[in-house]
Amino acid sequence: MAIEDDVLVIGGGLAGATAALAAAERDVRVRLVTYKQSTLRHASGLIDVLGYTPEGEGPIVDPYEALEALPEGHPYERVGSEAVREALAFFDEIAGDAYAGSHTEANALVPTHGGTVKPTARYPVSTADGLASDARDTLLVGFETLTDFEAPLAAEHLAAAGAPFSARGVTVSFPGIVRDDAKVTRYAHLLDHDETVATDDGETGAREALATMVRDSLEDESRVGFPAILGDEHAAEVRADLADALGVDVFEVPMGPPSLPGMRLEDLLYDALEDAGVRTASGVPVIGYETEGESGDETRIDHVVVDRHGAEIPYRADQYVLATGGLVGKGVRSERERVFEPIFDCHVPHAEDRYDWFVDDVFGEQPYARFGLPADRELRPLDADDEPEFLNLRAAGAVLGGYDFAAEKSGAGVSLATGYVAGTRAGEEGGK
Amino acid sequence: MANDRLETGASIDRFEYDRATDRFEYDRATDRLERPFRQRPTDCGDLDFMSDAEQPTDDHVPGDDEFEPIQVFPEAEEMDLRPGADNCYKCSTCDTNCPVAEVDDEFPGPKFQGPEQWRLKRQDDHDIDDSVMKCSNCMRCDSACPSEVPLSQMHNTARGEYVEENMDKLSREYIRNRILANYRRLAPLAATFPRTANFVMGLSVTKWLGEKTLGITSEREFPEFATETFRKWWTKRGGAKVENPDKRIAYFHGCYSNYNTPEVGKALVRVYEHFGYEVMVPDQSCSGTPMFANGMLEDARRAAETNVSELGAALEDGADIIASCSSCSMSLRQEYPELFDFEGTEDVAENTWDAIEYLRVHEDLEAELEGTSVEGADFAYHAPCHSRNQGLDGQTIEVVDAIDGIDAHDVGDSCSGISGTYGWKEENYETSMKIGEEMFDHMEEADAETGLTECPTCSMQMGHGTGYEIKHTLEVLESALLGTALESPQGSRET
Repeated sequence: MAIEDDVLVIGGGLAGATAALAAAERDVRVRLVTYKQSTLRHASGLIDVLGYTPEGEGPIVDPYEALEALPEGHPYERVGSEAVREALAFFDEIAGDAYAGSHTEANALVPTHGGTVKPTARYPVSTADGLASDARDTLLVGFETLTDFEAPLAAEHLAAAGAPFSARGVTVSFPGIVRDDAKVTRYAHLLDHDETVATDDGETGAREALATMVRDSLEDESRVGFPAILGDEHAAEVRADLADALGVDVFEVPMGPPSLPGMRLEDLLYDALEDAGVRTASGVPVIGYETEGESGDETRIDHVVVDRHGAEIPYRADQYVLATGGLVGKGVRSERERVFEPIFDCHVPHAEDRYDWFVDDVFGEQPYARFGLPADRELRPLDADDEPEFLNLRAAGAVLGGYDFAAEKSGAGVSLATGYVAGTRAGEEGGK
Repeated sequence: MANDRLETGASIDRFEYDRATDRFEYDRATDRLERPFRQRPTDCGDLDFMSDAEQPTDDHVPGDDEFEPIQVFPEAEEMDLRPGADNCYKCSTCDTNCPVAEVDDEFPGPKFQGPEQWRLKRQDDHDIDDSVMKCSNCMRCDSACPSEVPLSQMHNTARGEYVEENMDKLSREYIRNRILANYRRLAPLAATFPRTANFVMGLSVTKWLGEKTLGITSEREFPEFATETFRKWWTKRGGAKVENPDKRIAYFHGCYSNYNTPEVGKALVRVYEHFGYEVMVPDQSCSGTPMFANGMLEDARRAAETNVSELGAALEDGADIIASCSSCSMSLRQEYPELFDFEGTEDVAENTWDAIEYLRVHEDLEAELEGTSVEGADFAYHAPCHSRNQGLDGQTIEVVDAIDGIDAHDVGDSCSGISGTYGWKEENYETSMKIGEEMFDHMEEADAETGLTECPTCSMQMGHGTGYEIKHTLEVLESALLGTALESPQGSRET
């Protein structure tokens, strides 16, 4: 007997979680199956919609205006700009106070750990006081043992980028950290639990010790930016305590992987899934499927097969959403001779000669960056003849092709919009 | 040029070299070589691995000219972890999932213990770093890795090598670890005189001695030995009450259900008989989990050999293998095929199931539970790491949901921190409790006074941190399906 649900979402990243939450708005039983951890831990936690056009123009001020001009086949073109607005509104509801930026349709400019500025539609509240459009002078604080954030360099970059304020960077040692390669979770844990640490003036809580370390460096700046390691479960409290102790606003600068803001977003989504009654099974891959076949329809998936360490377990639903990610998340894979989608073997358009998969200019227009599934306006993956691969399968997020999220800064927005549309449709049909 | 590595040019056209994995593939359909060597353990003495490089694949007819197996890698005596190491692109996702690295300043994390240490070891004069002994073997890094690096396999082999090569066999640490890993060897004696054993183990002088002489923390209560083991009960009962050649299971009870919580084993038997299954209880040894965790690969190998042979025989009798402890099923399903190569290892792995998972897939468990009810308190449920790694983290909540009268509240995805024998060591006790803190907090916040889990040592930790009584999900199912009252565990310490 199969594990039965109405809607089955495969993939537990931003697209999959959004699809499951959107489907659960209807009166259906929804399950999310996810294999390895999602690439949200690689993500900055920022929710970008569109920062640059596919031609590389930008930063874009109003992403919605730019959406109208996207080429056919781009995931945004498929779902339409109204769906993008609805998806963002849906996200705002889920995120509640944890995210800011919904007051305007214009992009915000958030400084990143390299000192560049990223155009984004929503941002974690922890970064809100750091916006580059804010004219307040800024002190950036880095840590000797956290080499991913070189505060003086980031400050110089910001100045070179024309930020409307003066930025200064200092590097201090983080109280309580002894290892050169302590994990970001270790920093966060120390602050979350305000562990007692040894300082020159005796033992004190980690938060106070950190504030003391920074206080002497602070001149007349009215805000201080730290790399995004300021707590995990109690991040708001950590930030507030540091702000109190320093007497200025405190913000986080989003970091590269592994990223605490990405993990917090993941936690937020999984809490929402639990509240919405979505059932989840994690740690195990979907390895195959059966169609209804013989008596039924060849173009409808009957069930998928989940591999639990050798045991093959059938999971059946009426509607399926494929949200397994792109080349990094392994929802799209490549071998020397082909690019493919590993679960349903959906069509992935690509040149036959692998030397045509890339161009020599590393930052040029890379064909591989657009690899993924083509889909119809309902987000059903299409085969080589432009027919739906399966009638009850939709795709969402980076498994879709036709866009370069890294260049466009559109990764989170596409995941939200397509997840929202695929999940909503699946919920409507699965409930029939 | 990679093909230079081939010793002979004879069959070169039948091999396809995969640059990405640094492996030669053989495909049955096209008569090409597939996994010419198996991944196999290093330095495990007389491990009886077979060399696939020298033997035909399963369906090959000996003497068939089509495929002449050759020694592709002449030195393929060691487990080859190269592809795993190469897959690591250093995203550090594993490190952020490591419960030890989050609280222990001394621990360099799974990325170091796995791929980085493996690479370091390519230099001849590097020993395995002793920090590998601080890994608790929770195996969370396995399901964290987005890039298919077999982290726990790398940790298990590194730990095995460290113990074999670098640990003084007369040291207190080695002796203590050996005792903890081989708990099963002592248990039969204690089970013969359970009251005496419980009395002696409960004495503060025993605990003091344990800490002083062996480094076993005196903070914990030793698990109580049952006055009647599961196997004794089974024999006294006359074995199976249901005979059914079409529905058979072989119960792998493991050590803990046998010696300490036979009520779990009894619940399994009653629940499965309720569904018309014939239960078999084959001879068995420890699953090996505590031995892997202590780097005692030789001990684990012996135990695994017994289990694979006994359980393999049960498979031939038409049974599937069912475990009630999540670490036992994890060991049979994942670690055996990763580390050993006895005949039938893969078969055993593929046909081993978690007790509740099996019922969900083979019976309509939900329909059967519909309308049943259990009297009693609600539960604070903790999903063990080893259950999580098998994709079973949401299962208990879903199943208990169908029963009226009780609720199970998930206390979140943190690790309990005890990790089998890990939290029993004096030097790890503090780390273990720091890891557990989040779970204790969430248990206390949850609207429940009783704990629920499927792992015996998580259960110890849950009880130790909160003082709650802890149940196994099978006991709840027994109560729902058979209408029995949820019993208290075997009284309190009988002294």
